[in-house]
Amino acid sequence: MGKRVGMEVAIAASEAVALCNIDVAAVYPITPQSHMAEHLADIIHDGRIDAEFITVESEHSSISACAGASAVGARAYTATSSQGLMLMHEILPIVSAMRLPVVMGNANRAVSGPLNIWNDHTDIMPQRDSGWICMFAENGQEVVDMTIQSFKIAEHPDVMLPVVLNIDGFQLTHMIEPLEFPTQAQVNKFLPPRKPFATLHPDNPVSMGCFNMPDIFTETMKAKDTALKNSKKTIVKIWNEWGKMFGRHYRPVETYRAKGAETLILTMGSMGETASIAVDEMRGKGRSVGLVKLRLWRPFPVEELRAAIGGAKTLIVMDRAVSFGGAGGPVATEIKSFLFQDRKRPRIVDFIMGLGGRDVAVDDFIAMVDRAKKKKDETYEFYGVRE
Amino acid sequence: MTIVQNYELFAPKLIDSEEYFSAGHRACQGCGEVLALRHILKALGEDVIISNATGCMEIVSSAYPQTAWTVPYIHVAFENAGAVGSGVESAVKALRRKGRIPDRDVKSVAIAGDGGTADIGLQALSGAMERGHDLMFVCLDNEAYMNTGIQRSSLTPFMAATTTSPAGREIKGQRTGKKNVCEIMVAQGVSYVATACPSYPIDLVNKVKKAKAVKGPSYLHVFSMCPTGWRCASELTIKIGRLAVETGVFPLYEVENGKYRITVEMPERRRPVEDYLKHQGRFSHLNAEDIKLVQQKVDYEMKKLMDKVSGLKGWDEI
Amino acid sequence: MKKPLKKGLRRPSWPEKWHEVTPGCMVFTPGNARTYKTGSWKARHPVWNDEKCIKCGLCYIYCPEGCIKPNEQGFYRADLDYCKGCGICAHECWPEAITMEEEEE
Repeated sequence: MGKRVGMEVAIAASEAVALCNIDVAAVYPITPQSHMAEHLADIIHDGRIDAEFITVESEHSSISACAGASAVGARAYTATSSQGLMLMHEILPIVSAMRLPVVMGNANRAVSGPLNIWNDHTDIMPQRDSGWICMFAENGQEVVDMTIQSFKIAEHPDVMLPVVLNIDGFQLTHMIEPLEFPTQAQVNKFLPPRKPFATLHPDNPVSMGCFNMPDIFTETMKAKDTALKNSKKTIVKIWNEWGKMFGRHYRPVETYRAKGAETLILTMGSMGETASIAVDEMRGKGRSVGLVKLRLWRPFPVEELRAAIGGAKTLIVMDRAVSFGGAGGPVATEIKSFLFQDRKRPRIVDFIMGLGGRDVAVDDFIAMVDRAKKKKDETYEFYGVRE
Repeated sequence: MTIVQNYELFAPKLIDSEEYFSAGHRACQGCGEVLALRHILKALGEDVIISNATGCMEIVSSAYPQTAWTVPYIHVAFENAGAVGSGVESAVKALRRKGRIPDRDVKSVAIAGDGGTADIGLQALSGAMERGHDLMFVCLDNEAYMNTGIQRSSLTPFMAATTTSPAGREIKGQRTGKKNVCEIMVAQGVSYVATACPSYPIDLVNKVKKAKAVKGPSYLHVFSMCPTGWRCASELTIKIGRLAVETGVFPLYEVENGKYRITVEMPERRRPVEDYLKHQGRFSHLNAEDIKLVQQKVDYEMKKLMDKVSGLKGWDEI
Repeated sequence: MKKPLKKGLRRPSWPEKWHEVTPGCMVFTPGNARTYKTGSWKARHPVWNDEKCIKCGLCYIYCPEGCIKPNEQGFYRADLDYCKGCGICAHECWPEAITMEEEEE
């Protein structure tokens, strides 16, 4: 076991990337991801790892350069946030369709209109359908662990899909936390060098990115969807492997005191820690409240969620994003849709909260649980909005 | 495959006989762009990785499950040929250094059309050239967005009719002249910038080899005749390319470290631009007045170029 | 040295089933566009007059398809499986050794 150090989570993310012996990093800075980019540049310019750092001129070019590099067989990494991720939006489905194992760190930040550099999940929600494996980290240790796991997951021959790891901007990226880094030897054992399925090299020429006519496109889409759905098996396997090696266990859905709870709170990302303190407080007062933390967003873990929800009567979904004019927040809508046909399903209360960096404290969670009890209608609600 | 030194003789036996772009591609009859590509690939040889932007060449060559490319090839999107090429070049550099791929030179070549170079792709091109990648960027200029139906681009010439700059009653075709991407490249300090035309294949092959040999960014702007979009008979492709050079519409020159040099001599008195315009349906709406305007524009651009050829010193001579 | 087609990726019949589509729609057979015979596009085809042909090879250089090759005697012939009948070879031939003849129905 390594020793514990206190480190800013964004810097730690880059240190974890360095442990993974990447070949190419193409990163365009954007608040609050900039510390990740800067520290990775420091590492590479100091020669601590042997990699190429491409100072691209936009995020669109950063993901494109990573795609090109990954196609040649390199281990490629990029990082971004809100507007940058939106600019990459065009290329994301292409990278996953081409089965290139690019790993991306996303510092969750509000999407513009109006400009807001603080934390929420509105940047990752529009990328739901892009075909990327999408995970959320709750604290600094998870960021380090999941960054290293992301490369193994992406490059696994049964997966071959790009992975995006979500790290709440400012709320997590700029926190200094005690972390334990695996040693280089341990990471080398866990993550061997990349063995690509096919590469761009004159010794064995291939053509990548060929276009599809209508007669084959549906089959290609089904193949991509199946690949993403099937990747869950491998993700769980790799998480079990990590658990055995390091004693820290990761699951698609984590629960905290959820067994037998009447009311469940569902969170994604760093707010899970605050919510768990709130659950402790409420349990302390004898209330039957538990916490479900969704770690794996895509592929959506239906069975694990169903098992975690169990027989709860109320499920309070904390949506940190808005789907304007829609039927509800993105997370609640997904959950409602898979539970729709179930005979036994909880009442779902949907709160839109924590937008644009608004702090969600322990008291807020307790207030939301109280509000959920009183709420009569089933529409989604903006928590804490000044009326 | 031998590396032939003497290209002065105009003999086809000096051109590599291997076809790197297989027949069976879906280009139009008489396509000048695919002819240019065929010769570019012959000049490049095997040790390349092509990053192609969406466009005519990508669509005619890579309809899954077929590919006309016999060299490694990747297509990602429309505007990122420069960025993908940068990624490819960086990966080759890193993997070679780490011993994960054989230690031999593999050139990263980015190929794009009008849009992928001068319009939507300009940012990626500029960024790639600025970062100094060992990347060769080839623009296959057929003077419009031909693949999607002949819409205008910033490389469409003055007064040409396209579907988004049609010859209407009020406005007669394209209102602005051609964006001079070669000048942009020279301004960015690219050490080798050249124009070429497949009607002069040996000149094209020479320039491709020179651009490939540069250890750093290089840029090639290739005139690609398009009988479909320019509305002319398919057999006139080569003739029109020749006329473009002889009238001064598309002079063939190269800029090596800032030193301009005309590579294909134009006749003492350039042919009138009307000789070039009259074969093409996209200029058929031009009356005598308009042709005079076009001639003036061509003369002006030629004067600027000749001024640079005679006056500007190379960067290492200053 | 080009390696042969990857094992397990034999070309299935067309159109493919969804699980037969290669990952990322990659094509592992470089130059297999040759299986698409574009010769059916042409309305006329080139015919060489060997008396006039000086074997300069310009037709070979200028053919956009790359389908003109010399025969054993060194005279050039178009591969009619791919020739699209554009007429560039006939137009560019200096000694006018090539004529374009209409395709019979």
